[in-house]
Amino acid sequence: MSALREIHRQVMWNRLIAVVEEQAQTMIRTAFSTTVREAGDLSAGIFDVQGRMLAQAVTGTPGHVNSMMESVGHFLAKFPAHTMQPGDHYITNDPWLGTGHLHDLTVVTPAFHRGRMVGLFANTAHVIDVGGLGFGPEGRSVFEEGLYIPIVKCFDRGQPNETFFDFIRAGSRLPVELEGDIFSLCACNEEGARRLAHMLDEFALDGLDDLADFIFASSLRATEAEIAKLPRGTWHAELHSDGYEQPVTLRAALSIDADGIGVDFAGTSGLSQRGINVPAAYCRAYASFGIKVVVAPEVPNNWASLQRFRFAIPEGCILNAPRPYPVSVRHVIGQLLPDLMMGCLHQALPDRVAAEGSSALWNPPLRGGGAVSGQGGGNRRVPADFEIITFNSGGTGARPALDGLDGTAFPSGVRTMPVEATENAAPVVFWRKELRPDSAGAGRTRGGFGQIMEIAAKDDLEFAVNAVFDRVANPPRGRDGGGDGAAGAVALKSGARLRTKGFQIIPEGDRLRLDLPGGGGLGDPATRDPALVARDVRDGLVSAAAARRIYKVALTADGAPDLAATAALRGIPPPM
Amino acid sequence: MTSARLAVDIGGTFTDLALERDGRRTTVKVLTTPEAPERGVMQGVRTILHRAALGVADLAIVIHGTTLATNAVIERKGARTALVTTDGFRDVLALRNESRYDQYDLNLVLPEPLVPRHLRLPVPERLDNQGRVLLPLDEGAVRALVPVLQRERVESVAIGFIHGFVNPAHERRARDILAAALPDLPITLASDVSPEMREWERFSTAAANAYVQPLMARYLSRLEQELRAEGMRAPLFLMLSGGGLTTVATACRFPIRLVESGPAGGAIFSAHVARECGLDRVLSFDMGGTTAKVCLIDDFRPQTARSFEVARVGRFKKGSGLPLRIPVIEMVEIGAGGGSIARVDALGRITVGPDSAGADPGPACYARGGEHPTVTDANLLLGRYESRRFAGGRFNLDAEAARATLAADIGDRLDLSAEMAALGVIEMVDETMANAARVHAIESGKSYAGRTLIAFGGGGPVHACRVAEKVGIHRVLVPSGAGVGSAIGFLRAPVGYEVVRSLYQRFSTFDVDAVNALLDDMAAEAKSVVVQGSFGAALHETRVAYMRYVGQGHEIAVRLPPHRLTASDVPAIRAAYDDEYTRFYNRPVPGSDVEILSYAVSVATVTDDEPPSPPDAVRHAARPVRTQLVRDTASGEQAEWPVFERAALTPGAVLQGPAIIAEDETSTLVGPSWSALIDGYGYIVLSREAA
Repeated sequence: MSALREIHRQVMWNRLIAVVEEQAQTMIRTAFSTTVREAGDLSAGIFDVQGRMLAQAVTGTPGHVNSMMESVGHFLAKFPAHTMQPGDHYITNDPWLGTGHLHDLTVVTPAFHRGRMVGLFANTAHVIDVGGLGFGPEGRSVFEEGLYIPIVKCFDRGQPNETFFDFIRAGSRLPVELEGDIFSLCACNEEGARRLAHMLDEFALDGLDDLADFIFASSLRATEAEIAKLPRGTWHAELHSDGYEQPVTLRAALSIDADGIGVDFAGTSGLSQRGINVPAAYCRAYASFGIKVVVAPEVPNNWASLQRFRFAIPEGCILNAPRPYPVSVRHVIGQLLPDLMMGCLHQALPDRVAAEGSSALWNPPLRGGGAVSGQGGGNRRVPADFEIITFNSGGTGARPALDGLDGTAFPSGVRTMPVEATENAAPVVFWRKELRPDSAGAGRTRGGFGQIMEIAAKDDLEFAVNAVFDRVANPPRGRDGGGDGAAGAVALKSGARLRTKGFQIIPEGDRLRLDLPGGGGLGDPATRDPALVARDVRDGLVSAAAARRIYKVALTADGAPDLAATAALRGIPPPM
Repeated sequence: MTSARLAVDIGGTFTDLALERDGRRTTVKVLTTPEAPERGVMQGVRTILHRAALGVADLAIVIHGTTLATNAVIERKGARTALVTTDGFRDVLALRNESRYDQYDLNLVLPEPLVPRHLRLPVPERLDNQGRVLLPLDEGAVRALVPVLQRERVESVAIGFIHGFVNPAHERRARDILAAALPDLPITLASDVSPEMREWERFSTAAANAYVQPLMARYLSRLEQELRAEGMRAPLFLMLSGGGLTTVATACRFPIRLVESGPAGGAIFSAHVARECGLDRVLSFDMGGTTAKVCLIDDFRPQTARSFEVARVGRFKKGSGLPLRIPVIEMVEIGAGGGSIARVDALGRITVGPDSAGADPGPACYARGGEHPTVTDANLLLGRYESRRFAGGRFNLDAEAARATLAADIGDRLDLSAEMAALGVIEMVDETMANAARVHAIESGKSYAGRTLIAFGGGGPVHACRVAEKVGIHRVLVPSGAGVGSAIGFLRAPVGYEVVRSLYQRFSTFDVDAVNALLDDMAAEAKSVVVQGSFGAALHETRVAYMRYVGQGHEIAVRLPPHRLTASDVPAIRAAYDDEYTRFYNRPVPGSDVEILSYAVSVATVTDDEPPSPPDAVRHAARPVRTQLVRDTASGEQAEWPVFERAALTPGAVLQGPAIIAEDETSTLVGPSWSALIDGYGYIVLSREAA
């Protein structure tokens, strides 16, 4: 009955995707770190006994998923499958064996069925604190960036490794949260393993081998079919980041050929002395996301669906940082990679690619209290100790048929938390958080708007920001005649500019002002639908002057598009 | 004096009515009249009264639920609405949580806010997280909005300020200023409609309430007038999305609380059946033409929640709708019904839905021009329906059309016969529903062990056994009267009202007096709503606290004792929390304090205890009326299955699967490893032998 077997394999594939989604949802419910439960900075997946990923949760963020996919192999290299026991859980935060910085914990758990190991579950979560300097770019080596956990067993046949947990508790500013998160990660994998055993029972299977072959063959075939539709050739692009101590150039040559899609990063800048360096796995993660989202978005993520993407990342460039270079905020460079990939793909597939966006998250890590201001005393007041981060984004790039998204995370898959929740968690006041007018790159379709944020400590006391922002000197670029998005800005409310990266004080009585970049535009702005321009003017997001100067749209006194005057401005025949 | 009770449920296509008097039930379906829904209602009322041989004056109570508010939001047909908000936070509705609901869709579309930016009107003011004034309300700026509202012809206003739920003084003052100048303008305060933390969800709820309010107020007053003009003296109640009933006056104030009243009725129907049968852990499974809905029911109460999404743009995708924070019966809606279209995706996988062939053209087998195979077509081809009995035999099904589309769209592409393609479609849709049900349980922190599945709707009884197997349930119940389940559910709903408020506390510093003051205030508010319709009936009050470990993301609801708290209650509440947590997640977290975020107080009329269930009748073997060739979707094997007529089965009848129990509106499929018993109510009880 091979037809039935075929159908059951399809059903089980869906089931595996559902099982890892359950795993991710359990993590969101039970995690302690706001980064997981509020922001969704996590991923979950199931692997075969060889460490090949079969399915990943829909919930999650690309930087984790594709790098976690490589991670499981490292666990198996240290703890071979035949040594693993039911109830074991393994953990690491090694940036080079996991997902690129110490704040990401990866937990791997073997799954057993009828006494035999049938697969592995893995998940990754960005935890709020692992000691060290804290999340930010200031470390000069990975040793300053926090607790370094090699691949170790955190549970041995169901028993917690107390020595491990002692070290963990002692090394973090938030020991309860960190320990709670590790318990939660282990519990999620355990839940996944139970669900897998139930599925194998239901379909009377001994293992996943046959299903794995089916998933990999189908995914590979579908990816190859998509690639086969693409034009052959090699395309080059480069992109500039503000960097830390000096600007950074990212360079790529993307080739589409019979073997798939290859990317060579030759010509990319060298390493930074600060934590913006990117381990290779994280580079591959966001580069493959940038390609896949254009080329084969429908194919579920697994080991085979990325097989036809190859990367050559020269050693010692900022996208292939060796240990022990600092890597804490590798996202600030890594999240620009989809823009770089699309810069290449745009030349091959102009109708399927977006303009550049704000891209790198604008997360302000805020700190206040004794660590910033000392003890206080006398007339000098110091806020209660706090350490908090919110996840914020500028505008995304214009899409071929749609405007970019305003203040929305891309390529990252995280969410932000409510201002009211943040203000309950730390003595801060957000005085302003709203869209930033005239920040969207103009175009036939325009970019998304950035936002303006103004942040103070309660009572306007002194506090600090560990800045990690980009696209201030290098705004998101438009394509095909579309305008650039507005560059970002980091400043005090009183006016003085701040550095885009690094620890800086916001003095008492002043506030931090962040202008988040807008997305780039696509196509000639003078071809944009005048009604859409009029809407943006009425909404106060595009000035009437910009409408006239950039979009060549004239408006009547009541704000409607004046079609005849617009045609004259655009040098086209007036409408009938 | 009579005891006739009438329920009216306006759905998208049909308006269902159910009338009960002295234990007898009459039901009627009429077409919904979207332009003036009261017309369809009045026609249905006249029809059902005629059938029941009653006059309008005989009605003791009329209970009404409607999707009107939901449709107004989906179709963007509400009032021209403005949002007055804190300066600096003009774009809370547009910025949402800054996320995308689909990571791999470059052409993602987000829902447009109900209030466009030029009508989001900021005024200077600011409170801190404890409600203290950081910046006083600029009253001149509020006054300056009056000409703006007039010029823009604004029909309804929402006011939402940051932290306004902690201290509503600024919102109220702003309302008073606007109301003084514009007395006829409806005004919704965020702190009234949804007094909870999280500004996006709260402002979104306030904006949606303001958006539907003029429309709903007009409709409800027209309906009430028409009923009165016909001579109705009975009170009119509205079904709430949280499962209680409320007065027209309250409904006009908070119409957004009516959004999901129809599905809520279905869940209450299930809960009632659960109570009748003494089933304390239930999964309600309602599968209709376009969607399936699942809901967890513990201790005869549907699971409730405080958040909901309306008008999803991403077809059932979580995060693609407008958030509402109101009390709702928690359920998951899946784009999988009889009309859901099946196809093969780029990876050669069979997928089903979420798009539906609807009623027109409908499935291919309706032979009305449907060109693509649907779930109904697949069921027909596998022999899971009896084609002559389908839809009461009102029209003939064309099995050949079903076969042809299944072969063309699926079989030929995957090298499967039309029958195996059909099997694939059914397995996939059952899997999709089961997966959604499992994820829902995880999100709710519940398990399926020991649950009974209650199946209704046209498709529920057909798919119930296989879905139950997939989620690990061994008992299925198919009640009678399932075609108008929601309307029957309305008749079972208590008159009740729930009030939710936030008050942040930690156990280590629990302020008993502050909590008591808050709870008493909430109870008084809830009671004041309920007494308008309870007519002296006994009231029941429940108090719940939503708490979590400090720093954790999701709260667990813990019941509080129904009296004023004293310090000695605190350890017991803490212990109850630890127990609940452990039940969900296996182990408590050592050394962590617990924080309480908010409280809910609900007051409702006492639900009557059910009469003891009828004694089990003497068991006897049921006799089939014929056999039918059916292909089993689990084993793939085809065999002659006996067919039983439900109407001919009497209490105590037992039969062994595989079998089909046929009735007019649906068929109950008894899987090969299942057996069926007709209980004292005439319900079908299916049990699965231990696997």
